[in-house]
Amino acid sequence: MKRIYLDHAATTAVDREVVQTMMPYFTETYGNASSLHSFGRDARNALHSSRQTVADALGAHANEIIFTSGGTESDNLALKGVGKGHIITSSIEHPAILSTCKYLEDHGCGVTYVPVDSDGMVDPGDVESAITDDTTLISVMHANNEIGTIQPIGKIDSIAKDHGILFHTDAVQSFGKTEIDVQKMNIDLLSISSHKIYGPKGVGALYIRKGVKIEPLIHGGGHEMGMRASTENIPGIIGFAKAASLAVERFEQDTRHLTGLRDMLIAGVMDSIDDVILNGHLTERLPNNANLRFAFVEGESLLMHLDMKGIAVSTGSACSSASLDPSHVLLALGLAPEDIHGSIRFTLGRENTESEIKYVLEVLPEIVGKLRAISPLAGG
Amino acid sequence: MDYSEKVLDHFANPRNIGEISDADGVGTVGNPTCGDMTTVYIRVKDGRITDIKFKTFGCAAAIATASMTTELALGKTLDEALAIGRNDVADALDGLPPVKMHCSNLAADALHAAIEACMAK
Ligand SMILES: Cc1ncc(COP(=O)(O)O)c(C=O)c1O
Ligand code: FES
Repeated sequence: MKRIYLDHAATTAVDREVVQTMMPYFTETYGNASSLHSFGRDARNALHSSRQTVADALGAHANEIIFTSGGTESDNLALKGVGKGHIITSSIEHPAILSTCKYLEDHGCGVTYVPVDSDGMVDPGDVESAITDDTTLISVMHANNEIGTIQPIGKIDSIAKDHGILFHTDAVQSFGKTEIDVQKMNIDLLSISSHKIYGPKGVGALYIRKGVKIEPLIHGGGHEMGMRASTENIPGIIGFAKAASLAVERFEQDTRHLTGLRDMLIAGVMDSIDDVILNGHLTERLPNNANLRFAFVEGESLLMHLDMKGIAVSTGSACSSASLDPSHVLLALGLAPEDIHGSIRFTLGRENTESEIKYVLEVLPEIVGKLRAISPLAGG
Repeated sequence: MDYSEKVLDHFANPRNIGEISDADGVGTVGNPTCGDMTTVYIRVKDGRITDIKFKTFGCAAAIATASMTTELALGKTLDEALAIGRNDVADALDGLPPVKMHCSNLAADALHAAIEACMAK
């Protein structure tokens, strides 16, 4: 069966060019970047140039980039690295932020979770009113992983700056899909991850603005300017840097491609199926995200039927994951539980094609029809 | 958290879907854990279930267990059908993932509610 991958917010395939670039670093340039001999020097050079490449993609300086094991570690490092006083974040953050905030609350920090409106948008005014004398950090994600809403971080970061508070943003989903320039913006800390941009899994970075002092999480040898001990994952970092440079190179082409497919999918679904609503913001949204709510049907059933047709999507519904709690993001939008249940996330990628979207549009109305026919909620 | 072949079969091709217009008993149950819902309709003749239909709004496990429950109950006496529990349904489906066990309550409870409604008549 032909398989169609529409779950790029979960992870992406590694680009073949990226794999090619990584290969020599397993078997030839395998030195430890801390070693003084030529093997070490080669690894060190590779590390330096990768750091420069990732920095360039963000408008940062190379010495402001700390390589980590991924978005989760970057988020942990940013939050625990500040780790005191009062933190302001949003109610729709990724668990990498929310669970870290819970941990910090248990360890004496105060945390305020600002709400979002029905489009998933944070009101910068709410952030400003939440500021107290103790506030040390504001952390609001750039783009949401479930509904794709892009936050007004250009306003929130100015508020942080005006009050002398650090600003962190989780840009794991937006990196490579929206323009980010940490110099133009007042961003102090920014998390990114490789496996969302066609790079290998288990690599990420935290941008730390020059002069911003935070505590490391991992102690050991003085790797990563003392901010993250452990022998560097050179093949992973090389792959991450290559993926980042490809994302920059293909930015306009990718954006056009993804936006085209996304809009084709949304319009096609709306045309062929009744009672469908788009979750998230209509315009301030990632070019590759379509989170759709199908009235009277349950998301996991929809996902399973699509899976039987080879189409991979994800659900905001409780019923698909190990946890039965409804999505905290969709709850924060103010949706009723049965609406949360009927929501499906399609996230497109570089390799998706128009004919794949056409196929989805062919099979989806029948699946929804079938599920509605057996739904006691559909009323006749 | 993978489903068995049987669960997938009953999910993709659910048996006994629909409604019975002048049913002898109707039971609707909502699942407090997740908000999902199943309705079971039965027709009873001489104390036996001669026709049974269901409708479900819920996950794949909810749909598959409802389908299996109707299969198990068809042709049974009301007392026999009342004895069908969630474990019987799960066993008949070659098991359910642990987090999905609560889903099988839905169909069994809706069946019991339909039988009780019929007996109360
Ligand atoms: C918004 C967001 N933050 C953080 C992460 C975690 O990134 P990683 O998987 O690299 O740890 C993800 C990915 O699931 C994400 O979508
Ligand atoms: S019945 Fe709701 S999760 Fe299965």
